[in-house]
Amino acid sequence: MTNIVTIGMNHETAQVEIRECLARDPDNVSRALSVMRDHQAILEGLYISTCNRVEALYTTDNISEARNSILEVFSKLGGIRAEDLAPSLYTLEDTESVRHVFKVASSLDSMVVGEPQILGQIKEAYFQATRAKTSGVILNRLMHRAFHVAKRVRTETGISDAAVSISYAAVELAKKIFHQLAGRKVLLVGAGEMAELAARYLLSHGVEKISVANRTFERAVQVAGGFHGKPVYFEEIESELVEADIVITSTASPEYVITHEQVKRSFRKRRNRPLFFIDIAVPRDVEPRVNSLGNSYVYDIDDLRGVVEINRAQRLEEAVKAERIVEEEVLRFEAWLKTLGVVPTIVRLKEKVEEIRRTELRRSLSGLGDLTEHQRQALDLLTTSIAEKIIHDPILTLKQKADRPSRDQVLDLTRRLFRLDDNHD
Amino acid sequence: MALILYRLALLLVLLATGGMIVFIVRQRKSVFKWSYRILVAGFAVHTVFLVHQYIAMGTAPVLSLKSALGFFAWTITGAYLLFQLKFRLMVLGSFIAPLAAVLMILSTTIPGTEGATAGPLFKSVWLTIHVVTVFAGDGMFAIMFGAAVMYLLQERQIKGKRFGFLYTRLPSLQTLDSINHHALVIGFPLLTLGMVTGAIYAQQALGSYWRWDPKEVWSLITWLAYAVLLHERLTVGWRGKRAAVMSIICFGLLIFTFVGVSLLFSDYHSFSSLEGRTAQ
Repeated sequence: MTNIVTIGMNHETAQVEIRECLARDPDNVSRALSVMRDHQAILEGLYISTCNRVEALYTTDNISEARNSILEVFSKLGGIRAEDLAPSLYTLEDTESVRHVFKVASSLDSMVVGEPQILGQIKEAYFQATRAKTSGVILNRLMHRAFHVAKRVRTETGISDAAVSISYAAVELAKKIFHQLAGRKVLLVGAGEMAELAARYLLSHGVEKISVANRTFERAVQVAGGFHGKPVYFEEIESELVEADIVITSTASPEYVITHEQVKRSFRKRRNRPLFFIDIAVPRDVEPRVNSLGNSYVYDIDDLRGVVEINRAQRLEEAVKAERIVEEEVLRFEAWLKTLGVVPTIVRLKEKVEEIRRTELRRSLSGLGDLTEHQRQALDLLTTSIAEKIIHDPILTLKQKADRPSRDQVLDLTRRLFRLDDNHD
Repeated sequence: MALILYRLALLLVLLATGGMIVFIVRQRKSVFKWSYRILVAGFAVHTVFLVHQYIAMGTAPVLSLKSALGFFAWTITGAYLLFQLKFRLMVLGSFIAPLAAVLMILSTTIPGTEGATAGPLFKSVWLTIHVVTVFAGDGMFAIMFGAAVMYLLQERQIKGKRFGFLYTRLPSLQTLDSINHHALVIGFPLLTLGMVTGAIYAQQALGSYWRWDPKEVWSLITWLAYAVLLHERLTVGWRGKRAAVMSIICFGLLIFTFVGVSLLFSDYHSFSSLEGRTAQ
């Protein structure tokens, strides 16, 4: 029996500093996938890396060996010793793991429960896995079910209402600082789905102007176009700081993009008007010391979580509904997983052929008029042996594959060719 | 008659204060509405009381610490009601009403009666303007103090990223800072006018504009402190926490000038000598 395992860390188990280490290099995903592909013990693999989580999802027949190699990957990619990493990690197996994937995809495990970005990130991770050819029958099925669960949770519960997004949290905070957002100016540094969403949300709450800075000016122009904003050069950030009221940062830069010195200088020019930094980037873009300056408020992604906690109670009810959907789907997936064995497939195949034979025989008998008992028996024997001969070779192939790594593919193909799962889906 | 009016005003202010405190905990708008109405009623009764005193004494009823405290409470309430009209900031009442109530209670605990006709020395229009403007300015500064305390509480939560009981109840930093600004811009000219008219009155009544008595000196220090705050606000752009801290320091000075100096030093400005003179 193949095991489905998740090893990873999220915003709850790991400090932002540790997550930063692993998320620093965007090439880490393909590196992790290639290790998974080449490793003997790992049959299928998928690697998720977002601001708030780093997870390896894989199937294996050899749990401990696979686990060790994954831990090695983490510690190598993050440059952290495995012992230091261990307390931040969780390991989930089989049902637990399936449930976890469903929850992650439907944004139930997100820092801001219900935020819409995670599904896109999971889809991207899956896309990368299929490109790297590390995803197989089980993960394909699992991920497609996960997308389905996410869709159900989004449409059937109120969990993804705007009220729960990180942007909402940021807007609420901005209102506690500025009272009104009308006439305020936003500076968006970098790009990214979450940052752009936050910017859009601020705009819909009356923010007047938006400037967009990016390392590549072309990209800045492109992003600014979507907001009717003003693209600026990356080098102009400091002068933009004098004008801006709210700064959203979301770059992939490993160093601080906005430093204590810069902000301090700009405060003199802006006559101490308050400045609110929303730092969505991991690793962080705004030097944490900036928060100690007067009238300057820096919130990184972990801090925003604290704001969101406040209205958490209101969402509990919807969360229960979402959990029920997840449980339903977990059971369904488990049922499918159980059929993915050689014996159940052969049994099901035989059943199906037998069903067809009987139906057809009954139909023909009524058209043949009066037959003797002997003739009936001959017909029965004839149809049975035809049917058995037809499925003899497929069954033989399945039996031969029982212990091969390609087993799951053959099983899956068989089930699809003969449509054995029709009453399951 | 006067005593009944004052007691009634005090009762209404206390009721309103209680209501405002219930409001900050329970966040029921109706509670605030009723408290606000009761406070307005209390203010009206208090106003009638003051008018009565003014007519009876022939001058502004602030010649003893007792009556001065009562008058101060009245100006604070008045300043709050004005700000309520502009900012519609319900929670400010929860901070200001208790302050007014405490001052009124303090006033009742000080023994002494008032109502005797003031000596001719006190029957001057300059004195009336002096007293009214100084106290109106003080009322504004009390609002500023309340807003500053609220600002510090709220800022600490936002900066420290710990959101407690008060986070949702307190207004935005911008609003609180704006109250600070407005109260200062209105309060400072009133205080200045009060000091100028005081000097004119002193010239008429006592023959010199400035006598360096402790109250005058401390008033000048307080005035200078507020002047610094106003200057820094308008030119350098002091705001937020620094302005709030400075407002609290300034208000401390103001209270010291108002109460402390009167009790510690004995001089022509102190209430004991004022009272002495009313009997003359």
